[in-house]
Amino acid sequence: MSPNPLRSQTRLAWIQKNLLNNWFNSLLTICLGCLLVYGGVGFCHWALKSAKWGVIPTNLPLFLVGRFPADQYWRIWLLAVLLAGLSGCTWGMLASAAPRLFSPFNLVAVALAALTMVLFPLPEGNGVLVRGTLLALLLLLLATSWIAYRAHRGRPALARWLSPAWGLMFLVGFWLMVGGLGLPAVSSTTWGGLLLTLFMSLISIALSFPFGVLLALGRQSTLPLIRWLSTLYIEIVRGIPLIAVLFMALIMIPLFLPGNWRLDLVLRAILGLTLFTAAYLAETVRGGLQAIPKGQYEAASSLGLNTPLCLGLIVLPQALKISIPAIVGLFIALIQDTTLVSIVGLFDLLGMSRSILANPLFIGRYAEVYLFIGIFYWAICYAMSQGSRYLERQLNQVK
Amino acid sequence: MAEPLDDKTPLWRDQRFTGLVFQAAVLVLVVGIAGVLLANMVRNLQQLGRQLDFGFLRNQSGFNIGESILPYQPNDTYGWALVIGLVNTLRLILIGFVTATVIGTLSGLASFSSNWLLRHLNLIYIEVARNTPLLLQLFFWYFVIFFGLAQGAEAKQVLGWFLISKKGIALPWPTPGASVWGGLLAIALLGVVAYLTWRWRRWLLEEKGQHGRLQTGLLLGTAAIALGVFLFGLGWSLPRLDANNNILGGVRISLEYAAMLAGLTFYTGAFIAEIVRGGIASVSKGQWEAARSLGLKGGLTMALVVLPQALRVIIPSLNGQYMNLAKNSSLALAIGYPDIFATGQTTQNQTGRAVEIVLLWAITYLLVNLIISVVMNQLNRTIQIRER
Repeated sequence: MSPNPLRSQTRLAWIQKNLLNNWFNSLLTICLGCLLVYGGVGFCHWALKSAKWGVIPTNLPLFLVGRFPADQYWRIWLLAVLLAGLSGCTWGMLASAAPRLFSPFNLVAVALAALTMVLFPLPEGNGVLVRGTLLALLLLLLATSWIAYRAHRGRPALARWLSPAWGLMFLVGFWLMVGGLGLPAVSSTTWGGLLLTLFMSLISIALSFPFGVLLALGRQSTLPLIRWLSTLYIEIVRGIPLIAVLFMALIMIPLFLPGNWRLDLVLRAILGLTLFTAAYLAETVRGGLQAIPKGQYEAASSLGLNTPLCLGLIVLPQALKISIPAIVGLFIALIQDTTLVSIVGLFDLLGMSRSILANPLFIGRYAEVYLFIGIFYWAICYAMSQGSRYLERQLNQVK
Repeated sequence: MAEPLDDKTPLWRDQRFTGLVFQAAVLVLVVGIAGVLLANMVRNLQQLGRQLDFGFLRNQSGFNIGESILPYQPNDTYGWALVIGLVNTLRLILIGFVTATVIGTLSGLASFSSNWLLRHLNLIYIEVARNTPLLLQLFFWYFVIFFGLAQGAEAKQVLGWFLISKKGIALPWPTPGASVWGGLLAIALLGVVAYLTWRWRRWLLEEKGQHGRLQTGLLLGTAAIALGVFLFGLGWSLPRLDANNNILGGVRISLEYAAMLAGLTFYTGAFIAEIVRGGIASVSKGQWEAARSLGLKGGLTMALVVLPQALRVIIPSLNGQYMNLAKNSSLALAIGYPDIFATGQTTQNQTGRAVEIVLLWAITYLLVNLIISVVMNQLNRTIQIRER
């Protein structure tokens, strides 16, 4: 894969072998090369000459946190600090099997992130403070990962605390965003941008998890009624587009509730996303369940375990472990799917971009804005898909 | 044989009994929740002075639809407007299946190319298309690419034969009339002749051991005639501009349709490419080596040995991608292509008939997906290994 020639080959030989090995490939190389140069020059010309990038730094807070009240920004920063620390710990512990914590690839990624933080144009004001905090966050991530890496080598039992810590993190994050319990409440109508995208996808995947697992078990059940009901739900939801489910959640949920109940718009969208994701999660987990050999069930029942115990103690832990990479894939799809809430009137990252583009000041700046948020989505999804591939390899090695 | 044990299993440990009780409990729970929700709905609808009724479909719609194959006027009924939307959806997804399959297959094959540049450009395409949201890609195609190309007051020429303006893209198209059908019939007949000649040639080669050069010549001649008929017999009309900047001739497709088609094609194509790649990778290396030792060249190895075996892995997974494409076509609402979802949304805005429209949507998409499943399963059955 790497463009470096083998030691015995010269660079020229590599070019001949990989680019010009017959007349067709040579022609192809020349055509693609011309296209690449033409496209690259055109893009650079546009990016440097005619593009007006001012729209990005001016609206950066909107892209990131929407209309979250500015005097409450410290809550987001606190959340970021906690997230950085915990992610660092997780990374360090997961990587503890590897001989080195920081591979060259990781170091390059970190350096790029730091460079972006220093060079990225920010709106006027406390630019130095923001850049400093961001760099400190990155440093915190590296430091905690290093500490966790060392600590985990000494005491492997520490890894047990990761899942509860993430659960606690989830609750704290929710508290920081919503408010209450001593903090001023922040209305969900002010949420937006990347914050809303991540919030909705995280909450939806967490909520759909128990429901999806139950549906998967139901579909595999020997009890006919349970099987039919689960199958009916899964197949119907999987046959309908998400946007129809979202519209249903938006229009129909108020109809289904008693007259005086009103549900928040964000909550309704999350409910729609959850109901939708649960069906897909069920199919993913079913794949894991089907991979469990029958002997496991038989061994469990010969030990005297009844069905719930057998499922909970023997089958599900193995099945879920197998399906982790597929569940990460599902989560990536969910992050992409949250863009659909912009059609039903919420301001997630894409919805916020549309509302910025509707501002007469920034009219026609489609390419700049869509490229910018495209990079966000791409970076998140690509990092996660690479992570899931890494996990998959790790799991396969253990087997 | 053995007598039933004296100490019988207590009822609450009997799996059959607990199973029944559990099922009954779940049934009661589900029916109960559904009942409460439905009762609420009926009460809420009554308060709004409505009931579940599809009669509104016969009322006059009053809204305009940007593009349709079938005739439509604002004074037609809501029902007819929805039919127009359905036809637009089908027009989008049927063409989309073909283009996405072509792009996906080419891209999947490209990842096995020996050309480093092609392989890596292809990888970039797949990683970008799979890791960005489809809706964002659709906006990009519509607002950035097609609107960018169509900017300016007058139509622009792109790639020689296409004209693009705010009103749409004009493509070369055969002039409608008897000559087109005659030309198509001639091409079909030539196809039959070519097929028979090919069979004949193979029979000569395999059974008689003759060279069959005459037949090869015949095949080439048929192809040349067919090409001639295709180019000159169909009466192609190229789009051109008249003095007032109006586009004459050709066929016009809207920018919305073009953006939807491009977006769906390249998004689904990337997923299909991964399936094709996986399918080809699943064919064991021995098959490649065996084909090569029989003297087959690269392209023939792929076409005759590897691809037929890979198809058995590919086709079942394609089903899911086609269903996704059909469902994703509902995003047309976001860029204003009048498909069944968008017309339904307009109808719902005007009439307030939310429940009915949601039901219609659900039934339509479920039916479309069911049809796709049935067709793909049939196709799957025909290509699976037939054991002797």
